[in-house]
Amino acid sequence: MNPQHSVTMRDAFIQAVYEKMATNERIFFLCADFGAPKLDSIRRDYGNRFINVGIAEQNLINVSTGLALEGFTVYAYAIAAFLTMRAYEQIRVNLSLLAQLKPLNVNLVGVGAGVSYDVSGPSHHCLEDLAIMRLLPNLEVFSPADWRTAEALVDYSIRELKPKYFRLDGKILPALYEADLSLDMNKGFTVLSAPTDICLIGTGYMIHQAVKIAEQMAQMGNPVGVIDVFRLKPFNALAFVQTICHSRRLITLEEAFIGNGGLDCVIAGALAEHGLKTEIVRIGFKDKFCFETGNRDHLHNLGGLGEASILKAISSPET
Amino acid sequence: MKTIPELHAKAQWVRRETLLIHKKAPETRIASSLSCVEIFTALFYGGIIDCKPDDPSWEDRDRFIISKGHGAVCFYPILADLGYFEKSELARVSKPGSFLGAIPDPIVPGFETVNGSLGHGLGVGCGIALGLRAKHKESKVFVLMGDGELFEGAVWEAIMFAGERRLGNLTLIIDNNKICLLDFCEKIINLNPLDDKFSTFKWNVTSVDGHDISRLCQVFDESKKKQRDKPALIIANTVKGKGVTRLEGDAMNHTKTLSPEEIDRLVQEMP
Repeated sequence: MNPQHSVTMRDAFIQAVYEKMATNERIFFLCADFGAPKLDSIRRDYGNRFINVGIAEQNLINVSTGLALEGFTVYAYAIAAFLTMRAYEQIRVNLSLLAQLKPLNVNLVGVGAGVSYDVSGPSHHCLEDLAIMRLLPNLEVFSPADWRTAEALVDYSIRELKPKYFRLDGKILPALYEADLSLDMNKGFTVLSAPTDICLIGTGYMIHQAVKIAEQMAQMGNPVGVIDVFRLKPFNALAFVQTICHSRRLITLEEAFIGNGGLDCVIAGALAEHGLKTEIVRIGFKDKFCFETGNRDHLHNLGGLGEASILKAISSPET
Repeated sequence: MKTIPELHAKAQWVRRETLLIHKKAPETRIASSLSCVEIFTALFYGGIIDCKPDDPSWEDRDRFIISKGHGAVCFYPILADLGYFEKSELARVSKPGSFLGAIPDPIVPGFETVNGSLGHGLGVGCGIALGLRAKHKESKVFVLMGDGELFEGAVWEAIMFAGERRLGNLTLIIDNNKICLLDFCEKIINLNPLDDKFSTFKWNVTSVDGHDISRLCQVFDESKKKQRDKPALIIANTVKGKGVTRLEGDAMNHTKTLSPEEIDRLVQEMP
């Protein structure tokens, strides 16, 4: 990947998988009739290990399970909302349940995190996946913020013989991290700006917003912390509270429904578990769908995720 | 491999043991367990399924996926008899601490997948069949499914897939006992003729009397040994509740329970 270019997470991730497939003949790549420019390389060069099951997410999971039972490393690739919700029961029964008894390396790769399919409307918005996937035992949940993080997760996806969900953004986005990123898999989060009195805790695309706002705040002489939670499950609550213990207010940022099991609940749970009374402001979508069309910024403004809302959460007096 | 009379006797033993499990664990689904007794017996005593009870994960075993989990209780006595676990465990089905539930799970040695939720087995079997093919293994995949499972949409995703992918190492056995939980299947949605539907999706189809153990062995053996480039469906026409007169033909027999006295009498009257 050329570090100078903005690319999609899926192309970075798939390119890394493609490179592994050259020497690792145990990798199968399955999709539910869903593509990517980089996927064409896999289709061309490893056609015997690429399977398009058709628009059939349930069978995508079931066939992936069977291959994984035979010891293969499997990628199951589809639009995030359909992968996680159309096939939820297949994921629960054949991956989550079965993985408690047998090694099953199935990597669920969902594209279209949050409202990255902005104008496609609420059928394509994916605001529930973090909560429902986090609920399932024996399954890890990743939500990278940029393509370099997505790319860096591929090694782990091959190494760890368990089901995992990768929530990838649908848009072309710039890198937030340098090349050869080494992720701290013990923690599952990265500190982008040291926590101050206030710390922004985000996941996925919202880290791009958090970084911009943190830069503005720093220029004004009021730096805020930024923490990128790239893995929601398992979550290292102890490492997290040790990191933010001197902050007075945490602001959680996610393209997901808030108050229902997403990132905000991960953070609130970690604070409660360790007896911290740190103030928490939750920014994300409220408990309703958005039918009004518009680009990502527009949807963020409608949902209270826009820059103004974040700045207000930073500056409002302590409640 | 046993002779046909020996297989008949074995099937009777399995039926009796299944009734005795139900006596101790009335939560088990007895009617749907009785329809597939001869199917299990033919597969495991008729020289069809290659397996090693002392090594359930033996790489070269045939993979047997039981999609109709509720009706698989009659597999417990067979597994114990083959040596997968102690026969004394059969008295503990659904009792605290036992690994033998009213619906079997892969915690039971000999069960490959989770079976309680219907309509999953065929798709998983397709993945296993692909995996075996990629590994150049001669092992075969057998999936046992109830006819009621055909109402699950995911099953048709797998039927289309298996035919298109020419999964010649896959055999689907449908225990066609014709009854769901609330009614006869054909009164809910009539899928007959079933063979035409599978043929259209590029499957080989055979119909057989699912209680004729001799014929079952024959079609299973052919399905296993014959080189083919299509998945095989064997429609085993069965009677739900087979062997218990008051259950046979009762559209509501799925959830019916037999009393201990009734089971004692049935076992006594068995030939």
